[in-house]
Amino acid sequence: MTAAALPHHAAEDGTEIPPILEVRELSVAYGTYRGSLQAVDHVSFDLWPGESLGVVGESGCGKSSMGRGLLQLLPPGAAVGGSVNLDGEELIGVDRRRLRKARGEDIALVFQEPMTRLDPLMRVSDHFVEAIRAHRPRTSKQQARHLAREALAQMGIPPTRVDSYPHEFSGGMRQRIMLALGIVLSPKVIIADEPTTALDVIVEAQILDLLDRMRSDEQVGLLLITHNLGLVAETCDRVAVMYAGRIVEIGPVPEVFAHPEHPYTQGLLRSVISVDTTELSSIDGSPPDLVTPPPACRFAPRCPARFDACDEVDPVLASVGPSHEAACLLHPGSDALASTPVVRPSAGGAA
Amino acid sequence: MRRDRTNAPGVLDDVEVAPGEPLIEVEDLHTHFEVGGGLFSSSHASVRAVDGVSFDIRRGEIFGLVGESGSGKTTLGRTLLGLAPATSGAIRYRGLDLATLTEPEFRPLRRRLSMVFQDPNASLNPAMTIVQSVGHPLRIHGLTHNRAETRERVIDMLERCGLAPAERFLDTYPEDLSGGQKQRVVIARSLITEPDFVVADEPVAALDMSVRAKVLELMMDLKDDLGLTYLYITHDLASGKFVCDRMAIMYLGQMVEWGDASRIYDDPQHPYTRALLEAVPLPDPARRGRDKHLPHGEIPDALEPPRGCRFHPRCPVAFEPCGWEGRDLVDAIEDRWTKVDEDTFERELSLVGDLADAKVTRAEARFPAAEADALRRWLEEIGPALPAKVFRGVESVEQDGHEVVVRFGYGPEPAPQDIAGHTVACHLHGVVPREGGIHAGPVRGSGSETGSGSARERGV
Repeated sequence: MTAAALPHHAAEDGTEIPPILEVRELSVAYGTYRGSLQAVDHVSFDLWPGESLGVVGESGCGKSSMGRGLLQLLPPGAAVGGSVNLDGEELIGVDRRRLRKARGEDIALVFQEPMTRLDPLMRVSDHFVEAIRAHRPRTSKQQARHLAREALAQMGIPPTRVDSYPHEFSGGMRQRIMLALGIVLSPKVIIADEPTTALDVIVEAQILDLLDRMRSDEQVGLLLITHNLGLVAETCDRVAVMYAGRIVEIGPVPEVFAHPEHPYTQGLLRSVISVDTTELSSIDGSPPDLVTPPPACRFAPRCPARFDACDEVDPVLASVGPSHEAACLLHPGSDALASTPVVRPSAGGAA
Repeated sequence: MRRDRTNAPGVLDDVEVAPGEPLIEVEDLHTHFEVGGGLFSSSHASVRAVDGVSFDIRRGEIFGLVGESGSGKTTLGRTLLGLAPATSGAIRYRGLDLATLTEPEFRPLRRRLSMVFQDPNASLNPAMTIVQSVGHPLRIHGLTHNRAETRERVIDMLERCGLAPAERFLDTYPEDLSGGQKQRVVIARSLITEPDFVVADEPVAALDMSVRAKVLELMMDLKDDLGLTYLYITHDLASGKFVCDRMAIMYLGQMVEWGDASRIYDDPQHPYTRALLEAVPLPDPARRGRDKHLPHGEIPDALEPPRGCRFHPRCPVAFEPCGWEGRDLVDAIEDRWTKVDEDTFERELSLVGDLADAKVTRAEARFPAAEADALRRWLEEIGPALPAKVFRGVESVEQDGHEVVVRFGYGPEPAPQDIAGHTVACHLHGVVPREGGIHAGPVRGSGSETGSGSARERGV
């Protein structure tokens, strides 16, 4: 079961493949006038080559901060802690030049709003020439244009249009251009943060097909950040559910969708409105303020299955099935490390 | 329900509409926007955002308008409420033709015809407290006479909308509320004047998945309690299925399929409806990797809608009569070039020349070529293999001096037909030309066609 569920871990000859991205205890904190806001709180996961990991949760649960934290693309004043290991190399704490090289060349980012990421005064081809030569200064302009044409064609943009300006393309085409820019340097990991939220369903499906093809053709590790569980079900191998800055459940998609073990995951899955929906459901309340999060289980105030211990013990991720973990006191093991300090740095302490 | 205390025209109440009877009747409605012109340009064109739509909305039902952005669904909703001026056609509501009313004539009706917008953050004034925002329409329409009365009615409506105890919210500002709460305030504001028709434009699209259901449920409960009729505008077929009694699928300003919502979901007849349903992501991992038969490309520019069936350039099952025309061939050749290697592209480019030099019309595509003979042979060879099915509409490929001419057959715009208990405009069910439609191919007969597309054709 494990091997079948996680085909990216082992090569055909049986040897174990190491993850391309190892994230350990990643934390992102923003300074606010009320104190430190812990947007991402000690998050750990692995991503294998050719694997797609979906990251889901409501807005304000730290999904995007996590994605940006991986590349330390954060506003001034934000603090990143923990470890991000890309193909054997630690990225946290390296100098700015190395980081700049990693961004785009090793890890590509695809954002939600393509128009705001393309320079309206630059031809599409010039975006590519600039990006390629910034990373590989010795590439000739001719070579760079050739690479651009190839990447764009892969994304369905005709070679006759490489010298057009961004405004001459539709929204879906611009997102294709962003994807092409993302892959032109053959990155090992792609972080796609809500890449289709601004698009219509048909174009969304087209873009996801392209992302999926890139993942399998080039064996890229794909981190898909989205609020849409349907996209995760149809695109991802594994899913990590984030709540209030933490991963509360992680596992293979078929396993988590069939047997969600955390009440938050269960609530999210129930609240999806699909064409098969016969009954509407939702989660009461909203995610907590992360300057002063609940002291123990962060989901407890909204949890339909809450009991006394939930206000006292901060649950940790524990195995609930093959490669499947959840952080909920309903499962034995989640309180195993109950000795970890329940009292986290409060607003006063951190400021 | 409370009795009216309004200055609305008395005529409204003389016209009783029983539940299930048409409350709004729309006939051949057009909403066009003039574009271009500009300071240095003499050209004028119009976007046909709503282009000949006829349907009715029955009292007490939820009528869904579903489509991608650019389909005209929002413009249609706004036209019904007089927020976008109708170019032609009729909108009958309780004995009045809304399309002919002037703004001052329309104003008193606004309390009966209400709207809920998509983004609660943009539709609430951040400088107004909740009681001010929700009570504002009462003041505008003179429905209450003092603050105490306004406050009382606001409290009543907020509690109906699930914001209880209302006193907690009255004097707060929008920024103090969550997204779901804000949308409840917007709904309360739109219902406080006791409307009987509400246009809800993507009312839950901006909300988190976890609260969408709650807001939809509220809207459905309020509909029953207050005897409302909704036009529910959405791009999301999933919520449409749950919410709507009847619905219409819109594409480029027209309805392509409409009727009972359950019939449309169970037995979609238009390829566009099928594509939309196929593309909706479901939280079911077993569907991963299925072949979705996705349409090509995106919704085209409404300035120059495709001739014939407007969906034909993207349609996975398009065939001969669907409206193939010159520019489809140019697009198909460009599309081919994304799939061939660079050498092939360069070779073919030198054969075809700059595609912008091709002259395309409704009936033909003309390529100037140094080696016309080679170009003709190449077109005949690759034509049938082009990614789009454009060559199915081709009648002949000929040399004409230094040009190669590709001629297209007749491709009429499809007329609506009744199929499987609902209405569908698609040639798969028999080729029936739509009267006054924008047809492709050689002109047939005379008079019956609007020439509106011809003057703008590319390359003319």
